[in-house]
Amino acid sequence: MRFAGHSKYQEALNSQEGLSTLCLEAIQITKAFPGVVANDRIDIEVRSGEVLCLLGENGAGKSTLISILSGMQQPDSGTIKINGKISEINSPRIAKDLGIGVVYQHSTLISTLTVLENLMLGDTGKVLLDVKGAKEKLLTLASLLGGAIDPNTLAGDLALGQQQQVEIAKAMWGGSNILILDEPTSMLTPQAVQDLQASLESLKREGLAVIFITHKLHEAFALGDAVTVLRAGRKVLHLSTRQIGELSESQTREIILKSMFGSDSSAESNSVEVLTEMDTGSENVSHHKQRDLADSKIILELKGVSSTSQYNEVEVTDVTLSIRRGEVYGIAGIDGHGQRSLAEAIVGQRSISRGQLFFEGLDVSKMNVRQRQSLGFRYVTDDRLHEGIVGSLSVALNLFIKRIGQRPYWRMGQINWSALNEEASRLIEKFSIKTPSLTTRGGTLSGGNIQKILLARELAFDPKVVVFNKPTYGLDFKTVALVRGLLKEFVSQGGTVLLISTDLDELTELCDRISIISRGKIVGTVDNNSTKIAEEIGAFMVGDSQ
Amino acid sequence: MKSRKLGVDFIRTVLPVLLALFSGGLLLLILGKNPINFYSDIWRFGIAKKSWQDSATMFAPMLLVAVGLIVVFRANLWNLGYDGQYLIGAALISGFSPYLTQHMSVWLAWFLLSIMAAAAGAAVTIIPAWLKAKFGTNEIITSLMMSFITIGFANILIKGPFQDPNIVVPQTKVLPLNHMLPHIPGTRISIGLIVALAMAFGVHYLLSRTSFGLKLDIYGASSKSAQHAGISVPKMVFTLFLISGALIGLASSVDILGHWGYVRTNWNPSYGNAILPFVFLGRLNVLASLPFVMFYSVLATGGAISTQRSGLSSDFLLVIVALILLFMTVIEYIGTKQDLGQSYIPSGLKRFLKFSKSEGDLG
Amino acid sequence: MNGLFTQAYIIVAITAGLTSALPLMLAALGETIGEQSGVLNLGVEGIMLIGGFSGYVCVLNTHSVLLGGLCGAFFGILSSLILVSLSVMLGLNQIVVGIAITLAGEGVTSVLQQSKYGSSNPRLSSVSPVKIPLLSRIPIIGPSVFTQPIFLYISLLLALVVAWGLLKTNAGLRIKAAGQKPGSLDAAGGSVIRTRTFSVMLAGGFAGLGGAYFSIIGSGSFTPMMTGGLGYIAIVVAMLARGRVSWVVGGSLMFGFCVSLTTVLQMAGINIPSDAVNIIPFVAVLATLIIFARSAYIPPALGVPYIRGSR
Repeated sequence: MRFAGHSKYQEALNSQEGLSTLCLEAIQITKAFPGVVANDRIDIEVRSGEVLCLLGENGAGKSTLISILSGMQQPDSGTIKINGKISEINSPRIAKDLGIGVVYQHSTLISTLTVLENLMLGDTGKVLLDVKGAKEKLLTLASLLGGAIDPNTLAGDLALGQQQQVEIAKAMWGGSNILILDEPTSMLTPQAVQDLQASLESLKREGLAVIFITHKLHEAFALGDAVTVLRAGRKVLHLSTRQIGELSESQTREIILKSMFGSDSSAESNSVEVLTEMDTGSENVSHHKQRDLADSKIILELKGVSSTSQYNEVEVTDVTLSIRRGEVYGIAGIDGHGQRSLAEAIVGQRSISRGQLFFEGLDVSKMNVRQRQSLGFRYVTDDRLHEGIVGSLSVALNLFIKRIGQRPYWRMGQINWSALNEEASRLIEKFSIKTPSLTTRGGTLSGGNIQKILLARELAFDPKVVVFNKPTYGLDFKTVALVRGLLKEFVSQGGTVLLISTDLDELTELCDRISIISRGKIVGTVDNNSTKIAEEIGAFMVGDSQ
Repeated sequence: MKSRKLGVDFIRTVLPVLLALFSGGLLLLILGKNPINFYSDIWRFGIAKKSWQDSATMFAPMLLVAVGLIVVFRANLWNLGYDGQYLIGAALISGFSPYLTQHMSVWLAWFLLSIMAAAAGAAVTIIPAWLKAKFGTNEIITSLMMSFITIGFANILIKGPFQDPNIVVPQTKVLPLNHMLPHIPGTRISIGLIVALAMAFGVHYLLSRTSFGLKLDIYGASSKSAQHAGISVPKMVFTLFLISGALIGLASSVDILGHWGYVRTNWNPSYGNAILPFVFLGRLNVLASLPFVMFYSVLATGGAISTQRSGLSSDFLLVIVALILLFMTVIEYIGTKQDLGQSYIPSGLKRFLKFSKSEGDLG
Repeated sequence: MNGLFTQAYIIVAITAGLTSALPLMLAALGETIGEQSGVLNLGVEGIMLIGGFSGYVCVLNTHSVLLGGLCGAFFGILSSLILVSLSVMLGLNQIVVGIAITLAGEGVTSVLQQSKYGSSNPRLSSVSPVKIPLLSRIPIIGPSVFTQPIFLYISLLLALVVAWGLLKTNAGLRIKAAGQKPGSLDAAGGSVIRTRTFSVMLAGGFAGLGGAYFSIIGSGSFTPMMTGGLGYIAIVVAMLARGRVSWVVGGSLMFGFCVSLTTVLQMAGINIPSDAVNIIPFVAVLATLIIFARSAYIPPALGVPYIRGSR
């Protein structure tokens, strides 16, 4: 963003004058689902040659709005104007025809097809694949985005930054003049973010209008020109490029934060955590300092551990690390590089084919999930809905699916409902799980409450080592603060944590040490004692450091 | 409110059957047969006077097969090898029963034979279960392959060692009536019915009231959740397949010892295929499936004679069963959409309908 | 064992093998297209029977093998519409619908055959083979491989068309995308439903064509349940081939030869009971599955109905 006093402000203003046409206008967009109004009369406007940042926490309604603009869903009411003309975006196909290109948060590339095939997927009309034409188009787009891409590589073999380039090329394949990016930096290394910035600058010069969605303030500042803030389904603030040009950076920050959290007392009390979540770049936020745990005994040790399973996922190979009691040990890395295999190998859901796992000196490599659980192992999985809970079972039962058959909740193979319900009620209250009743089906709860079920289940009954896998992903700030608070409380009581996350900010805030995993191997470990730690980790992720 | 839901559920489950019977009637007309005669024959030979007792005897093996299917389908395991599991039991029983019943007390013989049939049925499921548990290999095709192999093997046994040496027709020795299962006093229903009912209630208890049943439900919902909860997935796969195979094998023992008394080659009553839609209609719940299996046993018993009298192949019943399945899936779909308050017209069709209406007329 | 390795014998054996393999290959080609797009068609067995019966009736009345084949393919496509409407469009369980189609196919063809031809059981005249110029003079292979009914060569041509189609056309790319990651196809502006409808109809057409081949060329008549599990073998071939047409053809030849073993061994005077020989193809399939257990790769979206916006 360009603030007042920025030497390029006048230049920005001048370039605005020439190119500033209203590319896309969304007026009073409303979309409701049973129980919640996701978008409540939202207005958006984007100009060509400009990057609009759509800012808001998880659950504010950003994804719904984007799905409407991309044609995946239709609004209940409201109008959309493209280049001044009223348009109905009834399907992704129509969105494309209208010139809207979307890069989704989760890769839509098909890993078994080549880059070229992925790009040609959108081509229509002809029977034969136009390979030659596609190659030419790719060449033009690649030079615009800043980097050559081999059209014949399999999409699955691309590095993450390249993948995103291809995704952008794909979004622009049909000749778009509006580009929507959904949380584009969530999986990138810091260096790749800079590359993205450069690409966006280049696209802006071509006259493209860009909308990008994020819940991180420092990203908005880095990549956006104008900003619209969403909160609880409503648009609560819009600052145009011109307006920002008249404010200082700290003024802008203040206005935005206030619009996001003003008059919400609970948010204010959690404001430290909230600010950290939003905005690690700022000096106002406390930074975790690595604690001195040299006296603490090693509680969990992996020696040359390799995992194996039936799935087509990345397995871990030859992992060696040791964690001390009371430590918060982080695992950073690009999503899908073996994090799940590591977590499952530690808790027993996946077999260890080579190497050993020690708990307090005891070799537990051959123990199953139940046995390790009784020793104190716990696992908060990242797949809340399909693995963590059983959606069709009640909330009460979900709290006990890891204790089937145990006394006093089960007696002679049958459920002892009074004991189970009593304990379930206690847990629901302790962890503030919002549910209409004990018997409500788990799958109907919100993401945040499902996460609370997982936490209640794993943190109860005397845990010793808890593996957290992406515990705050997709959650609103309040719940994020709650989760982090519970984690810290557990540690302060002597517990040990292995925190797996793709969120560098989260890792640097909470961890003492962080290892980086890449393609199933640990490629480096850093101590959390410098402010440059994000860059260090990023370097490992890309494979720069030695 | 609850009674209204019960009413809706009743309609949703009975409607597919009614529609299928109606469509069946139309087909009969097309084939030049009289549907009224056809259906009244089914009533006459399936229920009227004492015919219902014949249906009750047929009910026993069908119920066991139904329970065998429910156990695996609830867990999303597709044991489609039921024909082979049934026939190997049938072959072994009809092969050994003439000799065993001659040399020991009949009750002991029946007991041993039943164990043998159940064990054979279970044994046939081992390879598909192992491939699924160890490699995740699709059990649909492995159980089907096993089924064809087992049926062929059963035929070899019947034509070979089990062949009745005194006749030319390829079949086993016929078990004399006094060595077959007795009837329930006062009726001509085989006591196999009691065995079947006992098994059904036992399995129902297992599925609905024990921790094993809960683990099964969790595994059926998601095998990942089951792993997460510490349930051993391979153990579950094996156990369920073995139980299923055993129940189906037991069905053959009740059937042969209680009704047929012998087995011909290339004979396959294929209860599994016929019962499949009904266990789904019963929402994979043992008790709820009872009325449906009863209905089908009447249809099959009456239908066996009714198709003959109409000059139709007995495979016509298969057509009715297929129709029930198809109608059931559609009605289920409509019902689910209504439950969710959603339209059941797919959005593409809706838009089409929208465009064909006049401008101001949009829902 | 005398007549075993004479030229005449080998020629007949190869011909028998090819005759058994072709229906399998056609059905497996169809299955491959369907599975690549994410739809498991368990109704193959039933559709083959429907194709077989309709083809048989057509040739009885028109004496044209070409029409018979087209008839089989046509009714195959019609039958597949059940799967299209219920599973592809409405999202209902593909396994249940597939079983229903097989039951319906078995039942309807059995009832119709018995009511119309039960007593008469007319046979079709055997189809005269075509001699490919020059190539049919090669010893052994000439009179067997290159002297076959034209139906066979057309089928092999179709295999090439399918291979080319999957690789070089837009439709082929969409089919693969629909099976790998339907969400991507949707986001790219394609229609998952339309793609799968197309592929399932092709699957039905090929299965019907295969059934027609089986009855017209293979046996010259129609008996209820005559395919005897061939449709399921086709499913396995498709699963193991993982979308590679060369593997489909190869696998079909291999298993097709197993299926023809009854005839082949009988002719050689080897007296193994036909029941034992009949189970050999299934044993072969099971053995292959066991050996290649890890390779029975299924497209990720197989069996999962696509609903836009679902998580």
